[in-house]
Amino acid sequence: MTDAPAPTAALPSHWSRLHALSPLLRSARAVAALGTVLGSRQLAPGQHQSAWVDLVVLAVATTAGIISWLVTRWRIAGSELQIETGFVRRQSVRVPLRRLQAVDVVRPLLARMLGLAEVRLVVAGQGTSHARLAYLTEARAAQVRASLLALAHGLHADTPEPAARALIAVPPRRVVVANLLTPGPLLVILAILATVTVLVTDPTVGAALFGSTAAIGLALALAAARQIGAEWDFTVAEAPDGLRLTSGLLQTRAETIPYGRAQAVRWVEPLLWRPLGWVRLEIDVARRHDRDRTENESATNTRALLPVGHRDDAMALLAKVLPNATINPPAGTRAPRRTRLRAPLLQHNLKAWYDANYIACMSGRVRRSIVVVPLEKVQSLRWTQGPVSRRLHLASVHADTAGRRFPATARYRDAGEAAAWIVALPDIARAARKAQRTRTG
Amino acid sequence: MTSAPPEIPDVTWLHPSRRLWSARQLQLALATLVIVLPVTLALLATSHDTAAVAAAAALLALAVAFYAALHGRYLAWGYAERADDLLIRRGVLVRRLSIVPYGRMQFVDVTAGPVDRLFHLATVQLHTAAAATDARIPGLAVEEAHRLRDRLAALGETQAAGL
Repeated sequence: MTDAPAPTAALPSHWSRLHALSPLLRSARAVAALGTVLGSRQLAPGQHQSAWVDLVVLAVATTAGIISWLVTRWRIAGSELQIETGFVRRQSVRVPLRRLQAVDVVRPLLARMLGLAEVRLVVAGQGTSHARLAYLTEARAAQVRASLLALAHGLHADTPEPAARALIAVPPRRVVVANLLTPGPLLVILAILATVTVLVTDPTVGAALFGSTAAIGLALALAAARQIGAEWDFTVAEAPDGLRLTSGLLQTRAETIPYGRAQAVRWVEPLLWRPLGWVRLEIDVARRHDRDRTENESATNTRALLPVGHRDDAMALLAKVLPNATINPPAGTRAPRRTRLRAPLLQHNLKAWYDANYIACMSGRVRRSIVVVPLEKVQSLRWTQGPVSRRLHLASVHADTAGRRFPATARYRDAGEAAAWIVALPDIARAARKAQRTRTG
Repeated sequence: MTSAPPEIPDVTWLHPSRRLWSARQLQLALATLVIVLPVTLALLATSHDTAAVAAAAALLALAVAFYAALHGRYLAWGYAERADDLLIRRGVLVRRLSIVPYGRMQFVDVTAGPVDRLFHLATVQLHTAAAATDARIPGLAVEEAHRLRDRLAALGETQAAGL
């Protein structure tokens, strides 16, 4: 890539501001909360607060938002996205576009009403939690995303976003049913039934139970509703540079997962989905390891490659992300029978296997899951053996990746087998890395 | 030296400095002095019935067991530099072996606490992009720690691999 600034329509090579309505949106939640507090204070009986104090507080909050907007500028310089922000504490963010893992376009409800969108950059390693442009107009956001992705791939910034081919669309009805078939909502229904029964037989005890049931029920229902809202209208499209995922009911989200950036993929089959032949596919990409708000928001609903879908669809998607990976365990990959003494319920589904490119580990009795990790992404390998495992002549092998959600852990293998694995795997992983390097050049 | 399985072929294990054991003993002695002895003496001073004596004896036995466990853990530490990766093993109750390819290293830390400094020791820790990576070697002589750090940094640079 050349270091000369790339002149394009979407990406400014000179400092420019975000959309003028941004301060309104960014402080909307704060202003609303403040308004509620101050409003209730005004309306409280017996209180005779003068209104101007409240108005000053509101004015200060609004001004702070506007100043924050005024001092926030961004541009593209060479192969970097630069964001300058902060009034009191100046902050300067530089994002090397080569390290871009994905670009998300998020549109919260309020922003959608105003036709605005936020662009979030997902960076690996020493990235930054502040690599986001909030807000741009929707059309601009789409352009910016296309240009950023083009630059990240070393293409000219004006390269139009390659046309995507729709692969899978998940009907909202299926998302609702699937989410209702998880332990949370079922537990709520059971609890309600139990409470009603108790209420009929013994009203005083029932009344006492009712409060807690309602509280827990509400919390679980909200969580389920949030999950359903986030996975509403889920579509997967295939583009030359990666998979495009879009979803959301109130807050919509569009993200691109470039090929070759998957650190791990998890194939999940909850017990109640199995008769319907449904599976969930989750993906782990490299992110930095600290906590910040935007990360946590997205962590509440795990990054699904496919929130719920048929096995064949999931297989096809898996093949796109990790070519030639298999989720069908070969024969003889189950942990030895004596593992029952260590993990009585789990043993049946404890399987692990590897080939030249992937290591895969199955676990979970009720919520069966298979983690597939490309060996070229493995950061370190570990072998562990606790006191009980030692008695039983068992040991576990872990493959750590830069993803955060699901490492591959081959638990409770025969100790001899685990030893053979830990001797063989470093060489296989190195060969996989070398093959990958020669592929990409 | 006790050797924790699995056996890795063609590997010569290196071990932390002998001074690590002295440092650990000092740490244990300090803890004994501050916690175990006062409690034992207080127990014996306040009452002379068998329960108090038994409790005091149990406390002392615990300290001795701790001493033995600490020695085991000290002996279990080992590391080996292979052509492409670093091996680290540790633990007695839970045994662990970590293998970190040099190319995966993001940075190397060398730290030394007050007791470490007293014995001229340092801890070397490797960091990869994975949070789960557990690659720490305590109790290296400072010169050895610096040699290892420089070697790892050099190897990491020549073998660096992308994410």
